[in-house]
Amino acid sequence: MLSTIESIHQRDVTVVPANIPIVEIDKLNVYSKGAHLIKNVSTIIPKNKITVLLGPSGCGKTTLLKCLNRLTDLYPDLKVKGSICIDGENIFDPRKDITSIRQKMGLLLQRPYPLPMSIYDNIAYGIKLKGIRNKKIISEKVEKHLREVALWDEVKDRLKTSAQRLSIGQQQRLCLARGLAVEPEIILADEPSSALDPISSRVIEEEFIRLKSNYTIILVTHILRQAKRLADNVIFMYYGEIVESGPAEEIFENPQSEILKEYLRIGH
Amino acid sequence: MTFRRKYEEKFFRGLCFLFTAIIVFALVQIIWTIAQKGVPSLSWQIVSQEPKGGFYFGKEGGILNAIAGSFYLAVSATVLAFVISLPVALFMNIYLMKYQRILMGIRFFLDVLWGVPSIVYGAFGFTLMMYLGYKNSLGAGVVTVAAMITPIMIRAMDEVLKTIPIGLQEASYALGSTKTETAYKIFFKEALPGFATAILLAFGRGIGDAAAVLFTAGYTDYVPHSFSQPTATLPLAIFFQLSSPIEEVQNRAYAAAVILTLIVLVLSVSARMLKPKK
Repeated sequence: MLSTIESIHQRDVTVVPANIPIVEIDKLNVYSKGAHLIKNVSTIIPKNKITVLLGPSGCGKTTLLKCLNRLTDLYPDLKVKGSICIDGENIFDPRKDITSIRQKMGLLLQRPYPLPMSIYDNIAYGIKLKGIRNKKIISEKVEKHLREVALWDEVKDRLKTSAQRLSIGQQQRLCLARGLAVEPEIILADEPSSALDPISSRVIEEEFIRLKSNYTIILVTHILRQAKRLADNVIFMYYGEIVESGPAEEIFENPQSEILKEYLRIGH
Repeated sequence: MTFRRKYEEKFFRGLCFLFTAIIVFALVQIIWTIAQKGVPSLSWQIVSQEPKGGFYFGKEGGILNAIAGSFYLAVSATVLAFVISLPVALFMNIYLMKYQRILMGIRFFLDVLWGVPSIVYGAFGFTLMMYLGYKNSLGAGVVTVAAMITPIMIRAMDEVLKTIPIGLQEASYALGSTKTETAYKIFFKEALPGFATAILLAFGRGIGDAAAVLFTAGYTDYVPHSFSQPTATLPLAIFFQLSSPIEEVQNRAYAAAVILTLIVLVLSVSARMLKPKK
């Protein structure tokens, strides 16, 4: 359960006015070939905050993140039970259109995967999927989102060249811009700086801090220092369970469980 | 290093070298034989004229009928096979990913089809042709060769599509693409260089095969003008003309062999060069 800084002493209070929930996860279970990857997870992720999913490798952070936009559908072995509501809508409702649910979220993966097309088309792709056909509007949006991730000046002269020729740091920022171009409410980031050099990863981190006034950011990381720099709220996971969650200060300054204490001690 | 390990290393390196040399020697020998016999009879007349006085007895003329016929046949069959293979390969890698067992079954099935001798395809095409009441024709040859190279093309495309990283799929779906959009806008583009290789590979098989066209495409002295006319092909031009007692006709067969070998060689080299450099 998450709470705001104001309600530090009332940990059971889940929603206070400053914390508008955008994602509500209720009794989520994920199984894979008999293994229980996510164990009865229930939590709330507040709007316009950076929520960090923290925990050692293999604890289910990435699986949880991929449940949020149902990328778990791609993996035949995964069985998902429970409910996830985004803006109050259950994403597992078979009557809902999965593509529009996914467009509420931009995804940033461990490695950048630029689409096999030009830099310009990488950004324009998602815009076109939303039904926008007007070329002028598209190119305005492309420029806007490339500026948003501080990539515009680096690529403005070669927008028509293949995105795969960019450096990996530039590619990751391109992927962020591509995700922003579909105008999501949430940014899902799965260890987005793990393949980047320190400077590029710092750029991404700075983007996140700037973006959080307009977006909700859910960041998976196992880098403790990154979590400390960015997190408003922390969800600490261990073996598929949420061990502790709450405002960042509280989690880092005053951990309750032995596992988290250990993790914070070793990870520092 | 001990004495034994040192000599073991030398022995196996020698063995590898020896067998590689045998293979290379065999290839060089084949090309040399064909070139020795065929190149002297290569001339403008050979490639630009139809045979005069019958392909079996006529000493004059060339093998334009077979060159043109083979190209018509192989190009049409490749186009037909591509039209069938592309959706199948994409379907397997987009929609069937959830059903790994069915997918494995289909791959096995296609591999078996790949291994079926081409004469069987020829017999199948012949039966089908008879059943439908068609005669030996370019059209019948195209259908038969397409049936033969489709499994090859599907599996070659499938292997290319299999290498597309799951991250790219996730990225595409996360942007809100449907499966069809992912298939034709992302997978197709990403796999395009590999597809070119698959197409050339299938084309090479199609143009070089004799048995599939033996009963179905027939043989003629003329360049076909429609799908309902019979057509000559290079492999059959070799087969029929080589059995002629007349030396000029035999030489035409060797010339046809040189041309066919060159085509296949160029195709293989370009297929290799088109392979994605990753």
